[in-house]
Amino acid sequence: MITQSPRIVTSRVELDDSFTLERYLATGGYEGLRKGLGMKPADVAAEVNKASLLGRGGAGFPAGRKWSMLRDAPTRYLVVNGDESEPATFKDHMLIERDPHQIIEGTAIAAYATGAAQAFIYCRGEFALGLERLQQACNEAYAHGAIGSDILGTGYALDIVIHPGAGAYICGEETALLESLEGKRGFPRIKPPFFPAAVGLYGEPTVVNNIETVSNLPWILLKGGDRFAALGEGSSAGTRLFALSGRVEHPGWFEIEMSKTTFRDLIYDPSLGAGIPDGKALRAFIPGGVSAPWFGPDELDLGLNQDAVGKAGSMLGSGSVVVMDSETCPVRVAWRIARFFHRESCGQCTPCREGSGWIEKIMHRLEQGLGREQDIDLVLDACDNISPGLSWPPKQTTICVFGPSIPSAIVSVAKMFRDELLMHVKEGSCPFPPDELRRG
Amino acid sequence: MAHLSPEICSRAEAIVACYPQRRSALIPLCHLAQAQDGWLTPEAMEDIAALVGCTPAEVRGTASFYDMLHTEPVGRHVVTVCTNVACMLAGAYEVLDHAEATLGISVGQTTADGEFTLEEAECLAGCDNAPCVQVNHRFFGPLDPDAFDVLANDLRSGRLAETVPAHGVLSRVDRSVGLPAQEARSAPGAGQGEAAVGPIAGAVPQ
Repeated sequence: MITQSPRIVTSRVELDDSFTLERYLATGGYEGLRKGLGMKPADVAAEVNKASLLGRGGAGFPAGRKWSMLRDAPTRYLVVNGDESEPATFKDHMLIERDPHQIIEGTAIAAYATGAAQAFIYCRGEFALGLERLQQACNEAYAHGAIGSDILGTGYALDIVIHPGAGAYICGEETALLESLEGKRGFPRIKPPFFPAAVGLYGEPTVVNNIETVSNLPWILLKGGDRFAALGEGSSAGTRLFALSGRVEHPGWFEIEMSKTTFRDLIYDPSLGAGIPDGKALRAFIPGGVSAPWFGPDELDLGLNQDAVGKAGSMLGSGSVVVMDSETCPVRVAWRIARFFHRESCGQCTPCREGSGWIEKIMHRLEQGLGREQDIDLVLDACDNISPGLSWPPKQTTICVFGPSIPSAIVSVAKMFRDELLMHVKEGSCPFPPDELRRG
Repeated sequence: MAHLSPEICSRAEAIVACYPQRRSALIPLCHLAQAQDGWLTPEAMEDIAALVGCTPAEVRGTASFYDMLHTEPVGRHVVTVCTNVACMLAGAYEVLDHAEATLGISVGQTTADGEFTLEEAECLAGCDNAPCVQVNHRFFGPLDPDAFDVLANDLRSGRLAETVPAHGVLSRVDRSVGLPAQEARSAPGAGQGEAAVGPIAGAVPQ
């Protein structure tokens, strides 16, 4: 069922001039901030709590609760995480390029609610156009009085700095992001303290929110937390951006009401993914980024609900869904995911740094048909060293959750596609056709 | 500053002023240096160290962690082919193989004429246009081998000079506004504090 829910974060992104101040003001821009500045900061936070807005970065932590954990201190910071790099996730990239003012407004609202002295928007360095659009929007917002020393005539002051990253997946991890923002290598910090709300940027209490999360705030303030919470179901309220890619007719981003729509809708509905090319069968899909365990055809009717997907043994994660059809080699996909983790491991923790390399090499020889049957156990053993028990949610032997994310794809292939793995061993080559460009 | 141009230096000072601590400007300044030289020269690293208040070794130590910061020379166009899952399923390795064959180089190498450096990237968040390619971090895609050849020719001939500026993702849009803290200081009677750019005093509503 595709619902008639309103578009919350993508209401203007398809307009040619969606990124300009003129268009933003003509479509209700900065009205949520104006309303918010007329309220007490605590009441703004209460409205967001009412909305049941879950963080859209991947962990799905309630945004309002994250704010309430901030330690009391004279200086607090807000950092907006726009370092989107989870493979097959491309929603924040779109929001940054197409609606930067919405991000600036959401950032100002979040900063006001949390009492932040300064806000930083950390934008992935590879988004050159996005960085230009964000900085342009920031300049325009200053000139318009929407940020700066006297915001919308209320006397509230806030400075927002657009900060470029420089290419490192791990900087999406919030403590690594703070290290990077301090001008250092993106090494995740040792926990505890578990949350930057206690010790964050420059040691001060800091909130880190995702781009899509703050993009929801103008609407929530303007229309009310209740209206947001009325969309979706249970704790998975509102709409959410899903990024669909892989073997589908219409890859792309879709803003969908949470819980009410299923994976089957997302992949097959003509208004969304429009099905698999040439009517091929679905072999498997990744429900929420490459850190998530895979699903098969049996899970297609699950709703896009954080709790339901969690109970079924995976996660909605970053909201990216990758579809594999009957001609896709699941071993090749798992190898490529292992290669990604090997390349992006920051190298601090031995199980992750060394384990990711082992796993990548074993998966590569299995995919090439050069593996042995016992390699399946060997690769699972290497995974077990990173995440003992190979359970879900995963256990951890490393500083951050990057390490325990590595086994997901490997365990999925071993469980779901053992026969296909053994075919590689027996035939001495990959039994699937190579991935080719679609022509015509 | 021995190496960075006066223009880059004044832009660098403006960026440093945005942060409560100077060191935070290290990565943005590396991008600026790459806008001037294409890569991070040892001389530029010395200048950056002086600007942010650390040692040149710390600049190199930080920069070498990040894929976009080049501590070795690169070509005029850095061509980055994404081969992560979404692009791979759309045939990205076919594009990468073709790029290697037509440019006559392997991943990580630069053509003899200095026009192209070829890189294999992890996901660039362009999966709705898979397989996607970046040139100096500007997006192109979906690409097939024919489209890649057209792109390479356009780059070589300079036809894409507008779309694909030189290195350095901060080369086009600058912050054009002052900091509230500076505005407050420049107002008559404002204090002349030593900390040039602390967070905005009194900004937090009670």
